[in-house]
Amino acid sequence: MASNEEILAGLAEIVNEETGLAPEAVELDKSFTDDLDIDSISMMTIVVNAEEKFGVRIPDEEVKNLKTVGDAVDYIAKAQA
Amino acid sequence: MPRKVVITGLGATTPIGGDVPTMWRNALKGVSGARTLEDDWVAEFDLPVTFACRASNPAGEVLSRVEAKRMDPSTQFAVVAAREAWRDSGIEEIDHDRLAVAFATGIGGVWTLLDAWDTLREKGPRRVLPMTVPMLMPNGPAAAVSMDLGARAGAHTPVSACASGTEALAMGIDLIRTGKADVVMTGGAEAAIHPMPIAAFGAMQALSRRNDDPEHASRPYDVDRDGFVMGEGAGALLLEAEEHALARGARIYAELAGAGVTADAYHITAPDPEGLGATRALKAALFDARVQPEDVVHINAHATSTPVGDKPEYTALKATFGAHVDNLAVSATKSQTGHLLGASGAVESVMAALAVYERQAPVTINLERQDPEIPLDVVTSPRNLPAGDIVALNNSFGFGGHNAVVVFRSI
Repeated sequence: MASNEEILAGLAEIVNEETGLAPEAVELDKSFTDDLDIDSISMMTIVVNAEEKFGVRIPDEEVKNLKTVGDAVDYIAKAQA
Repeated sequence: MPRKVVITGLGATTPIGGDVPTMWRNALKGVSGARTLEDDWVAEFDLPVTFACRASNPAGEVLSRVEAKRMDPSTQFAVVAAREAWRDSGIEEIDHDRLAVAFATGIGGVWTLLDAWDTLREKGPRRVLPMTVPMLMPNGPAAAVSMDLGARAGAHTPVSACASGTEALAMGIDLIRTGKADVVMTGGAEAAIHPMPIAAFGAMQALSRRNDDPEHASRPYDVDRDGFVMGEGAGALLLEAEEHALARGARIYAELAGAGVTADAYHITAPDPEGLGATRALKAALFDARVQPEDVVHINAHATSTPVGDKPEYTALKATFGAHVDNLAVSATKSQTGHLLGASGAVESVMAALAVYERQAPVTINLERQDPEIPLDVVTSPRNLPAGDIVALNNSFGFGGHNAVVVFRSI
């Protein structure tokens, strides 16, 4: 079980790996598309990497609801619970 | 008169140099790019061939990590070479709607394809990367170069095995002559040093087995040649309509004066033993370029170092040039670079353009005992080309019976 802070840090690492964005730019209130400029293909790569890292499953139909980094952190935290 | 096409930018990433100046310096010196492969998969699969000519600068180390992640290695090489050619041309202001791309590959994204297959088998469909399709598609290099340069007059991918790179230049000439573009980034890229293509080319007995002596394995025209050596990398040539180049005061390496492209329609892999298709390509190229056979002083030959391939090219040269064949300074640069498949025609065209511009023919290495049936004047030590108006050719032939010849004329 990872804390929300740990999930955010892990997610920031995955986003950095995929896009080159600095990990500190990945903040809870940031929108993946509008603020971080992440396209749908990169988003799917991030989701699959997050699934592996956190041992959760994020169904494809849920991905469109993950608008912000915070949405993703909350989803992963709940899925782990 | 059709529009004249000139070459104003050169780029290359090859087994004998990660950029044009390094490659050219080595090509004149005569070095081998062949090395024993250190990869674990060589022993894992007990491959019959354990060496190849790796690119001296892995493209993944030249590009940023994030850029490289989204590109197959073949596309990485294409982007590296095209960026060098673009910078080299000094071009700044350009109408991007008049800029096209013709960038070839012989095999395409074979690493991406086979990695994805392994992932599917080992980890299931969820783990297959969403970028797999755009990374493996053969038009990936052309598309990436088009995006990188903002080339909006079309991005094309000629695919004709080992003639692909040279066909890209032929296509570039057509695009400019027909008025579809004023500037075209042409080239070819290949990254197929993977165990499957090595096994497959090995199965058809096309590769040299000189595993204990890689540096002497690629030996075109030598009696002891026993197959080609796989290479990887890319070559890029920026073509411009002459008036476009002159208007911006560009440095011009050479005129790309014409091309000849034919098909053998004889056998899927073996060249026509009489070299008829190659002869027709040579004659068509000379006719297209409006040059006489006697004007030609230098040839960058296809010469892959296979027992069956090198001779028909000589037969074709003899049929085209008659007695003048003895006056041609012939360079077989695959002796140094190995065979870059769909990139070979582009890399060798970079060398042919430089040969005309610098008036020097690159060196053929490993020619110890020349095949008496191929009595060409092979350049084995640095050789100056004559002053005045000169013409050079680059020949490329591919599985499928594809023949492509391009003509370089001094400015």
